[in-house]
Parts: sequence; C-alpha cells; structure tokens
Amino acid sequence: MKSSVIVFPGSNCDRDVAVALQKFKIENKMVWHEETTLPKSDIVVLPGGFSYGDYLRTGCIASKSKIVSEIIKHANKGGLILGICNGFQILIESGLLPGSLLRNKKLRFLSKNVFLKVVNIKNSFCSDFKNKDIIELPIAHNEGNYFASNDLIKKLEDNNSIAFKYSDKDGNISIESNPNGSSNNIAGILNEKKNILGMMPHPERLIDPILSGEDGSMLFSSLLKN
Amino acid sequence: MKISITITLKDDVLDPQGKVVNQTLKNMGYRSIENVRQGKYFEINLNEKDEKKAKKISEEICEKLLTNTVIENYSISYK
Amino acid sequence: MKISEKIIEKHGITKSEYKRIITLVGRELNLLELGIFSAMWNEHCSYKSSKKYLKTLPTKNNKVIQGPGENAGVVDIEDNDALVFKIESHNHPSFIEPYQGAATGVGGILRDIFTMGARPIALLNSIHFGDPNHPKTKNLLSGVVSGIGGYGNCMGIPTIGGEVKFNSSYNENILVNAMAVGLTKKNKIFYSKANGVNQPVIYVGSKTGRDGIHGASMASAEFDDNVDNKKPTVQVGDPFAEKLLLEACLELMKDDSIISIQDMGAAGLTSSSVEMASKGNLGIEINLDKIPCREKKMTPYEMMLSESQERMLLILKSGKEDDAKKIFSKWGLDFSIIGKTTNTNHLVLNFKNIEVANLPLSSLSKDAPVYDRKWKKKLPSKKIDAPKNFQTKDISECLVKILSSPNNAEKSWVWEQYDSTVMGDTIQKPGGDSGVVRVHGKNKGIALTIDSSAHYCLADPIIGGKQVVCETWRNLVAVGSKPIAITNCLNFGNPEKEEIMGQFVETIDGISQACSYLDFPVVSGNVSFYNETKKNSIYPTPTIGGVGLIKNLNYTMNKNLKEIDSNILIIGKTSGHLFQSEFFREVLNFKEGSPPAVNLFNEKNNGLSILNLISKNLVNSVHDISSGGILVALVEMCISGKIGAKVKIPKRDINHFEFLFGEDQSRYIIEVNEKNMKEVDKLLKENSVYYEKIGKTQKDSLDIDNICKMKLNSLGEIINKWFKSYYKE
Repeated sequence: MKSSVIVFPGSNCDRDVAVALQKFKIENKMVWHEETTLPKSDIVVLPGGFSYGDYLRTGCIASKSKIVSEIIKHANKGGLILGICNGFQILIESGLLPGSLLRNKKLRFLSKNVFLKVVNIKNSFCSDFKNKDIIELPIAHNEGNYFASNDLIKKLEDNNSIAFKYSDKDGNISIESNPNGSSNNIAGILNEKKNILGMMPHPERLIDPILSGEDGSMLFSSLLKN
Repeated sequence: MKISITITLKDDVLDPQGKVVNQTLKNMGYRSIENVRQGKYFEINLNEKDEKKAKKISEEICEKLLTNTVIENYSISYK
Repeated sequence: MKISEKIIEKHGITKSEYKRIITLVGRELNLLELGIFSAMWNEHCSYKSSKKYLKTLPTKNNKVIQGPGENAGVVDIEDNDALVFKIESHNHPSFIEPYQGAATGVGGILRDIFTMGARPIALLNSIHFGDPNHPKTKNLLSGVVSGIGGYGNCMGIPTIGGEVKFNSSYNENILVNAMAVGLTKKNKIFYSKANGVNQPVIYVGSKTGRDGIHGASMASAEFDDNVDNKKPTVQVGDPFAEKLLLEACLELMKDDSIISIQDMGAAGLTSSSVEMASKGNLGIEINLDKIPCREKKMTPYEMMLSESQERMLLILKSGKEDDAKKIFSKWGLDFSIIGKTTNTNHLVLNFKNIEVANLPLSSLSKDAPVYDRKWKKKLPSKKIDAPKNFQTKDISECLVKILSSPNNAEKSWVWEQYDSTVMGDTIQKPGGDSGVVRVHGKNKGIALTIDSSAHYCLADPIIGGKQVVCETWRNLVAVGSKPIAITNCLNFGNPEKEEIMGQFVETIDGISQACSYLDFPVVSGNVSFYNETKKNSIYPTPTIGGVGLIKNLNYTMNKNLKEIDSNILIIGKTSGHLFQSEFFREVLNFKEGSPPAVNLFNEKNNGLSILNLISKNLVNSVHDISSGGILVALVEMCISGKIGAKVKIPKRDINHFEFLFGEDQSRYIIEVNEKNMKEVDKLLKENSVYYEKIGKTQKDSLDIDNICKMKLNSLGEIINKWFKSYYKE
C-alpha cells in the first residue's frame, strides 16, 4: 500500500504520521505543497499542525495550495484521504468535507487525552475498531468545535457519516464528555462515499504501548485491509 | 445609537497574519496588492441619545476592554 | 553632534562608564555608537554584576560538551547523541504584554537551541505571578499561558513540564522563564565563533522592524521630529515564520557550508555580529543598506538595535551563498548578504556609502566593565518559636486547605493549553516529577524538570540555593533517570542594593555547593536583575532546569500507585521540619524561620539507591517529597494512580503534623510489592539508607491512622477546584 503525506509550511505532525504509516508497512512519500502532481497513492494524508500559522482561518490558506486540486482529483476517483486535526480543517476549507470547525467552546487550546466512541466501523479507516469501539486518543487543538446546520447534522447522522464521537470511558455521549462544544459530540466525519475521513483527535500519537496507549494503531491497521 | 469600532494594529507592529494573507493573495495572482493589515470590527447598539455621552462610553470601552492599547489603535464611528 | 549627558544617561550608561568608553575608543561617540555600547554594556549582555560569581559555578565534567558562553549548553547522552538546552527569562516584556512577551520568550529560547544545530524536542517553563487577588494577576496568567502555548504549539514542540507559582512579591514583576531542549549528533554541533577573513555574513529570517528598540531610543524627540514613530514597539512573535526558519536552518545544516551561526536575540544585530566576530578574534563589516527592512526609512540606529524576532546571522563558507539562498527562498524567508569578516578587529558599519560606526570589538566585549558589587550577608534567622496550639487542628481540614490553595492546586488548567504529545515521543506529560521524552527512534529517554523554591531562598539563600538544585536532582531520579546537568535562570531584584546582591552571591554559593557535590554541572543560563518596582523586590528566585538520561525506557518510573495491597515506604529520615512548610504558610499563615537543612550526602545516597531499585524493577511507583510533605505527596500518588492508601504513623519522637507535613529534604515515597520487600530492604540497608514502612495501598480511599479519612474522588475534586473557580469555568 502507498501513501502520500502532504507537507504545508507550518505542518508539524507530518513526521509523526509518516512514522505511523511506515510502522504499518505503508510505503510513504512526503509531498511538498507546491508540487503539481501527486505520486501514485492509495491514501493521501493531510497532517496536523498550523499550516500558515493558522492565520486568517485555520486550514484556509493551505486549501489554496497547488497540490489541493490534485487531491480533489484523487478523491473524485475514489482514492482515500485522511485529514487529522489541521488536515481536517484543510479538508473542510477545500470543500471535501462539509461543516466548519469553530474555536473551542472554552476559547482556549486543549491538549489532553479523550475517549471516543467509534460510531461507524464499516469504512476503510475504522474496520479494525470492531472489537474495541471505545478508544482513547489525544486531542490538541484550538479550533475543533465542529459546527453545522441542523439539516446537515441530520444528514450526517442519517448517512452514517459520523465516524467518531467524544464520549466517556463507558461510551456514553453527553455534554460532560464533550471537550470542545462540537455539535452532537462529533470528533470525526466521513464524506458520503466514505473515502474521506477528517478527525480532530490524533491517532498517530498513540501507536506504541510505551506512550500510554496504542488505540491509534487500529486506524492504520484498518487501512491495510483495503 | 449604533456605533462601529474598528481596531487595527499600530503602525510598526508586526502583523504576521496580514503578512501571510498578503503573500497568498499575490500568489493567487492579485499582483497589484501592496500591503495587507488585519484588524477587528465591532458593531454595538447603545441605548444612549446624547452624542457626547455615547462618545465617552465608546472610548471607555475601547480603552478598557476592546483594545490592547499596547499594540492596537481604535477608531469609532457613530450612526 | 556632541552627545548630551542626558542622552548618555537615558542609554543607561553611567558617567564613569562613558569615560571608560572614550578611553577605549579614543574619541567621542556618535549616537549610533552610543546605542551599540548601551546594548553591549547593559546588564543583560555584559553580565557585569554577576560575572564574578557565575565563574565560581562548576561547569565541567566528562559529559559536558559545551558549557556556558554559547547559545546553549551541550551534554553527551551517548550513542553519538548530544542534548542542547538552555533556560531564559522574558519577565519584563511579559508584564507589559503578556501574550506577546511570553510567546517571544519561547521563540527566543527555541532559536538558541536550533542555532546550535539541534532539533528542539521539548519545552518547559516556570512562571511566577503575584497574589491571585491582585487586579492584574488574572489577565497576566491567562495571557502568559496562552502566549507560551500559542508559540510552542504552532512550532510543534511538546511542552512537557513546568511550574506555576503565586506570591505577592511578583505583583508588579511576574517571572516568565522558558527552557528548551534539543537533540543533535555530537559531530553536528554549530557554534557562534567566526573563522576566516573575507567570509560572507548573511542575514536570514524575517524582516527588521522597529520592534522592541530599547527604551533609550525613544529618550527624546531630539532624534527626530516624529515622536510617535520613535516609540519602541512591542515585539510580536510569528511562530509560523520561526517554524520555517527552523526547517530552513536544519536543512542548510545538513552539509558543511556554515562556519558559524548566531541568533539575533536581545540587542539583535548588534550583539550577534559583535559576539561572532569577537569570539573569532576577527573584525566585521556590515553594509546596512542590505538589511531587509519591514518599515520605510529605518535608520542605522533602529536597524542595529531592533529586536525583531525570527532572525539569524550566519557566516558561510565563501562560495556557498547560492545553494544556501535556494533553501531560504524555498521556505519564503529573507536571505541577504550584508557584509564580510575582516582582520581589523573592528565593527564597521556603512550606510549609503558613509561609514556610520567604527568601533574596536574588544571595547564592546572583553573590555566591558565587570563590577564587584557590595553585598550583605543574610544573617541566620534568630531562634524562633513555632506557633502554638496547632496540634488541636483537624488533619483533614489542614490537608484540604493546602490542596485548594493556588500554589498546591493541580495545574491541568494550565497544562491543557500546551500541546504535550506532538512529535509522538512523550512518555510522561506535565504533572509528574519530571517530563520524559523518548529519543526519536530509540529506546532511551530524556527526563526534564524545572524547579524553584523562592521562599526557601528568601529565608536562607545558601540553603535555598542548595535545596533547589537537590529538588531538581530528586525529580530526575524519581522517574528513573540519571541526572546529567542543569541550566539556571537567576531572577533577582536590583543588584546595586547590598541586600539583593547578598541574596545573589549566597544563592550562587548554595547552587555551587550542591552542583559540585552531586557532579551536576551548570552548562547554560541567564541572569535577570532589576525585577523590582517601587522598591519592592521579588523574592530571590533561582530557577533550575535539569536534564537526566534514561538508558532503557523499559525501566522508567512514574508516581501513579499501581496495585492494591503493596507496601508504602518513606525513603530518607523524617524529622518533621515545619518552618517554611506549606502547612505553616498556607494553614497557619506563619512565614518565619529557616528552611529545611540539606544534607548532600543523604541526597546523593538516597537518590542513587532509588535509581538502583528502579533499575532492578523492584518498585511500582516513586514520588519525591517536596512542598506539603508526605501527606501531599501521597495524595498526589493516590489521585494519579486511582488507588488509595492506609497509613500508620510510626511511633517516634515527632507529632502527627511534623510527620505528615514536615518538609525535610532528600526523601521519596516508593510503592513496593510484598514479594520484593526482602530484596528492597536488603539493598537499602546495604547502602545505609534510612527508610520507614508506613502502610499499604488499598481501594478508593485514603486513611491516615484513623485521624484523616477521605475518598479519592473528593480529594481529586478538591485539588482540581482552584483554577476552575478562579476562571469561573
């Protein structure tokens, strides 16, 4: 399996996600945002970080990069795309995923481990969560408060387009387990065709038991089943 | 009375955000762009008919809350 | 134009200093030259009040690759890996504009690290604020915390440790000390010393604006009619630009085109060019027309003294300019050849084809004044009686009072604003004894901690100086790391006052004694004097950042209790010293008396024995005992491990309060399984380590000899309460 990690000025989780992909024997290439062609890839990853310093709106300036039109073509052909944190914000700004990401409800940066309920396991990214659908992953963001109109939220729910929701350790989804104010506790969503996943938590940061957990591993191992 | 408050960075204070927007617009082909500075804008409805009082209140809220006077300037317009 | 006395004074140069300058240079100065002297001869750059004493600190051993005097210190961590680290203060700017002040503090210390060729891998900070009820404190705290987070998070470097303290002595002088740590290879360390004549001097990074031009520049309208334009502006940090600068510099450092490199920090272009040239015993010539400027009509004075952020000065091997330029252009950064090295031993500045300054470099650096300031010894406090009748108090109530005080409350409100897991190598996050990061791609780790104990230092600077080094050492030991070296940030009041200078001299004495005994050298640091307003000085606050090596990450340790029914042991003797303790200060509001004595033999012996136990896998958890004594340390272990404890106080000659809240030094709490007790007992006895078994772990609750019974859930709520209620969340 082949992957491409797109590097924007200000990306800072590019190395971390490349390490995770390689750990699962996915052959990875780093792709600079000014490139005009995409190497042959099964999956394109938009990493976390602060592309362009988060200036203007998070993800907005990166979404104007040359490589983005290639990524859109890749998506239209059914190729997989994973956007993590700032990558999720870029996917939204480039119109590949709906909704928007607002500042956290408490108006401050939040870095902590949270519990997630895996809501949809029938997709290319989440199949290995079938045996464990309540997981723990770190979040680290300032703008992760997912917001959408009621109609859109309903559509996402009806189409099974929500991948992860913030929960407590027993999988209960409530206001108390919502760290950033996201509508319906949404932590990650899929597009209609389920080939694009955007998520705020960082699976690449927990892939090793020595790092207090390895729940992130199952996302990468799921990719290999494609 | 409706007041509008515009807050901008003082001249000489570095504006990293303006700098990146400026560069991006140029990259998008808007060659005539010379400079971009970003700021904040507030619209406030004030239940006060006396213009002098309104001015005093507006200036006070700018000084006390809305503006970081160390690095920002403000301007107020009244409708 | 002859420079008036008033202007000289506004530049912070005394009459006798100016006389000395005239002798050294051999003529009167122009304004630009005066500005350059003012930047180089001020306390910050010249260390004129502190130099005499800093020289007495131990700075070498077989692990030290580079001690003080470079952008940062470097130590050997084996396998050809080297660790680069330093701490620096950004106190005054953070008080003026807390977000930008703290942010640029982080930016500055990060540049010190990657200037030396190291990729930064961790950040820590020590921040001190005034009384929480002081009207400025709330905004200063939230501004500083979001500024630190704003910069470090954007750079993608985890903040893995720190401390937050409150005391009214910081009401008008907060402290913001930031420490950064980077990793490089032993054969890939870059230095600031220039070498070779006629080599190109290159400016890279962001453009120069009128940021932070030091106070003197706006001294009067005599300079210019446009007074408003002369106001020094606050330095604004651009972490995005710095991230690009980091990547560009590291890319350039892959080959050998750099001769030397120096970041433009305090006093910007002036101090960087002077330091590089004088270290290399060379001269330097700069054409100021080549400086990339952000504003129109910038004067040479402004260019030389600007403190615009995210800039570096390089000396390249002649002929490498084009390749280097390509790298910086790719990252969208300015790159300008601004001058060359010469053999004149002079700093020469040209602007519009006119020589605007010409100064012998020695006059700016090695001939800068060094003072032997008068100082007063702190007399030992008189014999003071302890407050009476406290023994009738309820232990649980005292504990609650301590845990809900701002200094002892849990700080997650702060930590959660710092990305602590980016780079994917964080083993221990903030909140433990030390933060731990893995050396990328290897099974070894680096332990990092930052500590200060200002009220101990105020009460007795020598003991305080020793204690803070020992506490750093202990925090590193508690996570299973072998302590290597420290960096220090010495925050004091006005050194021209004998009493303050005395605090400084004696604190250094204490630090020096402890560092020598523990073989724990000081490899970098920073002095911040004049932290006082309206004659109120801050408490003497030496902040110590320590680094330790964990050779095998399978043997690292944390403070979380792990199992029910294991034994709880106190390592080190508890004699019940309550003066200067949290119990006296927070519960009885009693602030007199001396701090606990430090016995360096016990410190080392107990610490090395703990390391031995950890390396043999004989302990489940370890926590150092510091402020709040045994009881607070035990509560922290219970809460983080979600396991309770049942304690029986040993029957000895001390009362319950002394036992539970005493702050005697060199102690740890350890958790040991029954099956390992024999072996642990044997090893401790062999090394003559005093220990007491005080109880066992149990489910859900803390029970101290039937005098204090509390549920873990409620303890957790109490310790978490303060910040949430302060910010009404």
